[in-house]
Amino acid sequence: MTTPATTSPAPLLSMRGVSLTYRAHDRDVPAVRTVDLDVARGEIVGLAGESGCGKSTLASTILRLQPTSAQVSGEVLVDGADVLTMRWGDLRTLRWGEASIVFQGALHSLNPVHRIGRQIGEAITTHEPEVSDDDVRRRVGDLLEQVGLPRQRAQAYPHQLSGGQKQRIMIAMALACNPSLIVADEPTTALDVMVQAQVLDLLSGLVHDLGVGMLIISHDLSVLADLCDRIVVMYAGRVVESGPADRVFEQPLHPYSGALSAAFPKVGDPAARFAPAGLPGDPPDPAALPPGCAFAPRCPRAVDACSLEVPVLADHGDGRSVACWRVGEP
Amino acid sequence: MTAATPTGTPATEQRPTLEANGLAVEFTTRSGAVARALDDVDVSVRPGEILALVGESGSGKTTLARTLIGLERPAAGEVRWDGAGLDYSARGLKELRRRVQMVLQDASSSLNPRHTVYDSVAEGLRLHRLVDRDPEGRSEAELVARALASAGLRPPESLFLRYPHELSGGQRQRVLIAGALALQPELLIADEPVSSLDASIRGEILALLLKLREEMGLGVLVVTHDLGLAWNIADRIAVMYLGRVVESGRTEDVLAAPQHPYTQALLSVVPEIEQLEPVVLTGEIPDPTRIPGGCRFHPRCPALADGSAEAAGVAAACAGSPLPVLPAETVGHQVACHLVAARQDG
Repeated sequence: MTTPATTSPAPLLSMRGVSLTYRAHDRDVPAVRTVDLDVARGEIVGLAGESGCGKSTLASTILRLQPTSAQVSGEVLVDGADVLTMRWGDLRTLRWGEASIVFQGALHSLNPVHRIGRQIGEAITTHEPEVSDDDVRRRVGDLLEQVGLPRQRAQAYPHQLSGGQKQRIMIAMALACNPSLIVADEPTTALDVMVQAQVLDLLSGLVHDLGVGMLIISHDLSVLADLCDRIVVMYAGRVVESGPADRVFEQPLHPYSGALSAAFPKVGDPAARFAPAGLPGDPPDPAALPPGCAFAPRCPRAVDACSLEVPVLADHGDGRSVACWRVGEP
Repeated sequence: MTAATPTGTPATEQRPTLEANGLAVEFTTRSGAVARALDDVDVSVRPGEILALVGESGSGKTTLARTLIGLERPAAGEVRWDGAGLDYSARGLKELRRRVQMVLQDASSSLNPRHTVYDSVAEGLRLHRLVDRDPEGRSEAELVARALASAGLRPPESLFLRYPHELSGGQRQRVLIAGALALQPELLIADEPVSSLDASIRGEILALLLKLREEMGLGVLVVTHDLGLAWNIADRIAVMYLGRVVESGRTEDVLAAPQHPYTQALLSVVPEIEQLEPVVLTGEIPDPTRIPGGCRFHPRCPALADGSAEAAGVAAACAGSPLPVLPAETVGHQVACHLVAARQDG
């Protein structure tokens, strides 16, 4: 695993105090609340949490893809430039060129009537119209090889590919304009274990070889623990824990990270046999958050005091931070 | 309804609710080639037993589940329910589809968005006229409420008039399970029941399946690629590759000491298993119109590639000699692999 440069220049992605509020049915829905998040070059950061916790919404702000009706505040710096305030022309250069996103369910976004090569080539010609057809063909072939597919696959139509191959195509498209930051939203969720392992190998190889930064979004903490350098766990729009990936997965500090970690049992662990670990209840409605810690109503460790005040994300040493009143208490 | 069996001890003396012998299913592709999606499979599920069918996409596990409930006709072999051959007449299939219920992967697309929870659950009761036939003379509303409560949706009445979009993912999956339970089935076939659910909900749904087995003696055949799920709930496991069961036995035996190189590879790529060196198989399951000769796994087999099969003197057999079909009628640990057989003999 590569380590970020020892001197700390500005990180590739730096999000500071990012909040996003949707306006729906005449009420405000705060989906993301004052989130800080950094991704360095050569680093893979995992963003974990369940549906509705705001992780995909947060990712959308990196390329300013949030709906125009949403109110955003804070700073989203990609290579030092603020995405939220930059001019349209700069934003266009940023999208695909400096940062690209592989969306969740992107497998279905390939056009069924066009050959794969043309669809990858389109990503190149849109941003670099001066490139000759021969060069586009050559670069498409190179990209296919980079994601572990034969060059001739450019001639295939999407229906001739398996799910794992389509996911590789999506990654090739994300790489088409040599971005320095790649955001992947649930890149392996619909894939089999073996294909998932292949795609994860590919992603970590790319980060290692190209020195790009990567933000991976998933609800599966075990996948993130395997792949990432750091993990950030979100609940109800806030970061509740962050730290080195293996520590967050193996010794979670926040009870919510603990529940996510336990959801995927260790095969062979007698304690998990006939004892699936679940977390009762549902995440709160973002428009009607409970007072104090938003996780308190579902938390096995909650005490009355938890519902009085929102816990702040506090430094816990060793690069870890956690937002929980009960940390360190018996 | 049969008596519940205690956790972890499948009642071997009981007759299987469902069994299949020598099952083969073929599909003809547009070019005329014949794909053998299932190629000689034996399988059985006893009352109150949870069996996990495990494999990659294309292993035939979903085709097997579909064949067991009469959605596919086998080209060879037989499916038996309670000892009697499957009746493929319309009436026979209708009765079968009350006794066995399927729970599918994606709860959001399996529920009709314009039906209330009540109507979704009551639909099966109406179709099978179960309210008229109820021995205790209960009303439709009582039966629907009972099914919702069994699926862990309490109080059930509060959900009657809700629509699927008003429910969380976990609640939708529970409504689907309630719809299945309303028909008082003897067996549940669950195809990837938690793969589209959040991590936090996953354990809750698996715990529900275990509870239904305890309380109602419901047998469950769960189709999945998730070995963690099998470890969580299954009594027995059958690993499938390209239309054939390649390893089977008690979950503890198969997952704690996998013998087949394919099972070993599958287990090694489960993300949280740190102690195993990941064996990432290249490529995907081959096309079932061209099943490799000998052991069907040999073109991807890491034991053949690294020379350990050669060293044991079975490399020729791997590429050329067919393997025996694993019988369903046992709880012992069985493996269809030339290398494992050679090591056991030696």
